[in-house]
Amino acid sequence: MTSKKRTAFRWTVRLLMWTATALTAALVVALVVYVMAKGVPHITWELLSTETSYLYDRKGILPNILNTIYIILAALVLVIPLGVGAAVYLTEYAKNKRLVAAIEYAAEILSGIPSIIYGLVGMLVFSEFLGLGSSLLAGALTLVIMNLPTIMRSTQESLKTVPQSYREGAFGLGAGKWRTIRTVVLPGCVDGVITGCILSVGRILGESAALLFTAGTANNLNGLFEAMTAPGSTLTVALYYYAKEEGEFEVAFAIAAILMVLSLLINLAATWVTRHFQRRKAL
Amino acid sequence: MKPIITAKDLCLWYGSAQALDHITLDIPENSITALIGPSGCGKSTFLKTLNRMNDLVEGVKITGTVTYAGKDVFATDVNQLRKEVGMVFQKPNPFPMSIYDNVAYGPRTHGITAKKDLDQIVEQALRDAAIWDEVKDRLKKNALGLSGGQQQRLCIARALAVAPKVLLMDEPTSALDPISTSRIEELVTQLKDRYTIIMVTHNMQQAVRVSDYTAFFLLGELVEFGATESLFSQPVDRRTEDYITGRFG
Amino acid sequence: MEMKKNTRSWQKHMEQVVYGIFLLLGLITIGCVLLITVYLVISGIPAIRQIGLVEFLFGDTWKPTAAEPSYGILPFILTSVYGTAGAIVLGVPIGFFTAVYLAKMAPRKIKLVVEQAVSMLAGIPSVVYGLVGMMVLVPGIRELFDLSDGACLLAAIVVLAVMILPSIIKMSVTALEAVPKEYEDASLALGATPEETWFRVSVPAAKSGIAAAVVLGVGRAIGEAMAVMMVSGNVANMPGLFESVRFLTTAVASEMGYASGLQRQALFSVALVLFVFIMLINAALNYFLKGDRKS
Repeated sequence: MTSKKRTAFRWTVRLLMWTATALTAALVVALVVYVMAKGVPHITWELLSTETSYLYDRKGILPNILNTIYIILAALVLVIPLGVGAAVYLTEYAKNKRLVAAIEYAAEILSGIPSIIYGLVGMLVFSEFLGLGSSLLAGALTLVIMNLPTIMRSTQESLKTVPQSYREGAFGLGAGKWRTIRTVVLPGCVDGVITGCILSVGRILGESAALLFTAGTANNLNGLFEAMTAPGSTLTVALYYYAKEEGEFEVAFAIAAILMVLSLLINLAATWVTRHFQRRKAL
Repeated sequence: MKPIITAKDLCLWYGSAQALDHITLDIPENSITALIGPSGCGKSTFLKTLNRMNDLVEGVKITGTVTYAGKDVFATDVNQLRKEVGMVFQKPNPFPMSIYDNVAYGPRTHGITAKKDLDQIVEQALRDAAIWDEVKDRLKKNALGLSGGQQQRLCIARALAVAPKVLLMDEPTSALDPISTSRIEELVTQLKDRYTIIMVTHNMQQAVRVSDYTAFFLLGELVEFGATESLFSQPVDRRTEDYITGRFG
Repeated sequence: MEMKKNTRSWQKHMEQVVYGIFLLLGLITIGCVLLITVYLVISGIPAIRQIGLVEFLFGDTWKPTAAEPSYGILPFILTSVYGTAGAIVLGVPIGFFTAVYLAKMAPRKIKLVVEQAVSMLAGIPSVVYGLVGMMVLVPGIRELFDLSDGACLLAAIVVLAVMILPSIIKMSVTALEAVPKEYEDASLALGATPEETWFRVSVPAAKSGIAAAVVLGVGRAIGEAMAVMMVSGNVANMPGLFESVRFLTTAVASEMGYASGLQRQALFSVALVLFVFIMLINAALNYFLKGDRKS
C-alpha cells in the first residue's frame, strides 16, 4: 500500500516536472518560430533603408533603427562613468558599512521600479523641468537611471575579483590612491563593464514604456546630434504604434523579428562573454 | 558470530581509478566494527557501498558481491535497503526543519502518518540517541539551533527512527569537540545490543575504545581484519603494525 | 625640497578632489531613488487631496472627461491585483516544476539548452509579447469562449504568466542549487527516493529563495505596461476574466499622452499608488532574501 503510494508520488511529480519543462521549452520555440515566420518575409531592403512616407505610400524603419542605436550610445556613454564610479566608490573607498548597504539597497529599489514609472518621472524631470522636451536625450537620460544598477553591480562584481595584492603592490611603490585605482583597479574591471553593457543594451533594446513620453513617437530621419534634441521613436515604440494605433501588422512583425534576432544575439554574446572571462580568470 | 553483511571480491572504480580492490569481509551481527586506515584508503568508499550511496556518483563501476541478511544488495530495492542499513555522516547534517520533523522524516517517508505513532517513534528515537532530555521542551524549534554534538546525536536519532538493523557511521565524531565525542562513543556502545554498527574512524584510540572488530584498509585493499584487541596487540601483517604504531598515515 | 613639498600637497588636494567625485558617484543611486520618490509624491499628492483619498482609492468609476468627472481608481487597483494573482497562479506552478527539473533531475545537455531558452524568453521585448498576444491569444480567446472581443483580463493574465516565467525559473534554480548536498544525502540514506528528497528536503530548504522568486514575479507582473496594454482591451471596467480592463500601469500609459489638468494630476497619483505597491513588494523581497542569508 505505502509502496504503491510512493510509486504514485514518484510518477506524479516526474510527470509534472516533465510537462512543465516541455511546456516552457515549447513556448519559447513556438514564440520564436511564429514571430520569425510572420516577420521575416516582410523584412525588405526598402523597409530597412527608408523612412515611412504617406506621400509615396511606403513603410520604412530606418529612422527607428538609427534612433535605437543613438539612444543606446547616448545612454551608455552617460551611464558607464556613473555606474563605474559608483562601483569604485563602493569597493575602493567606502568604509561605512551602513552607507554601503544603503547604496546597494537603493540600487535594488531602482532595478525593481517598473519602466512606466521611469517614463513618467523622466518626462517630469528631463522633458519638463529641464526643458528637454520630447527628445532622444530625455529618453537616454531616463534610460541612464534605469541601467545604473546593472552597470554598477557588474562592475562591482569584477572589482571584487581584482586581487588585493595588486593594490598593495601599487601602494607599495608609492602610488597614491587615485593612481592605484587608475592603473591597477580600473583595468581589472573591463570585463564587468562589458558584461554590464551587454545586459544594458538588451534592456534598452526591449524598452518601450519608459520611452513613450520621454523620447516621443516621431519617425523622422535625423543625424546623431539633431536626433538628440528631436523626438524620435525606437524600434519597440514603433512596433507598438504600427501594431496598436495603425494596424500595420506586417511592419510590426518585421520589427518583432528583427528585435527577436537581436535579443538572441545579445543573449549569446552575454553567455559567451561570461564564459570567456571566467576562463581567463581561471588561467 | 553470525555475519549480517558479507562482501566478496568487491572491487570499485571511480572512472579509471580503482578505489576498492577485491575486498572480502564478514561483518558480525550486533557488534561494532571499526574501519581504519590512512586517508584515501577506501574505508569510506567501502562503507558507502554497503547502503549503495555510491550509486549517486557518476562513472562508478562495481564488481563482486555484497549481501545483507543473505540478499544481494545490488538486487534489492535501494530504498528498502537504506531503511534497514541507516547512515550517520561525518558532518552533522540535520535538515533545516524542526527537531521533531527531522526525526519524523524517515518514518513519514516510509508511510507512517498517524500523529500518535509518530510521537511515540520520535520520543523513542530521541531517548535511544540520549538527547531526549535536552530537546523534549523544544521539539518544534529549528534543529539548526542545536550545538554540533547535539546535532550529531539528533542525526543518530533520525537514523534510528526508521528502525534499521545496521548503522553505518562515517567518522561521526571528527567534526566534534572531545566532550561531544565521548558522549557519542558512549552512545554507540549502548546501541550495539540492538544494532550492528560499522564505523569509519581516523582515530585509532577511538577504534580501540569502542569497537569489537577492526578492519585495516590500505590503498583500496583490506590488509587485516580481526578482533580489535588482537589486531592492535598482535597485528599479523607488517603494514598494520607500521600503521598502528604511527610509522605512516 | 620646496618643490617636492608642493607636489606633495598638490597631490593631497587632488586625492581629496578625486575622493569627493567618487563619493558623489557612489551616492548617485540613493539620489535617484530620492528624486523618483520626491517627484512622485509631490506630483501625486495634489490630485488625491482634491479628489479625497477614499473617493480616489475606493471609487469604482473612472470618468475623468465626463461632464461630472469622477476619479475612482478601484477598477485599476483590482485589475492589477487580480491580473498579478492570475499570472502567479498560472505561472508559478509551471516555473516551479521546471526549476526543480532543471536544478535536480535534468541531464546536463537538456539543462543547458532549456536554460538558454529561458534566458531567451527573458530577453524578448514586452511589445513583442504584446504583438503575439494581440494576434494569437486575443482571437483565440474570442473564438474559444465565444466573446465579442477577446481582449480581456484573461489574455493579460496569460501574457503576464509567460513573462514572469524566466525570473521565477532562474531564481528558483539558483536557490535549489544552493541547497547543501549533505541534506539530500541524509534523506537518501534514510531510504527516501530522489523525488521525495527533492520535494520534501530540497524544496523546503530553498523555500525563502523560491518565495523571493515568486515575489520578484509579482513585481514584474504588476509593473508591466506595454504588453498588457496591447491585449487587455484598455477600458476602465471592474475586473472580470472576460472583461476588457485597464491596469494601474496601462491607465498611466494610455492617458498620459493627452491628459491635462486634474486628469493628468490624477494619473500621477495612480503612478504613486503603483510605486507604493512596488515598494511593499521590494520590502517583501528583501525580507525573504535576508531570511535565506540568515539560515
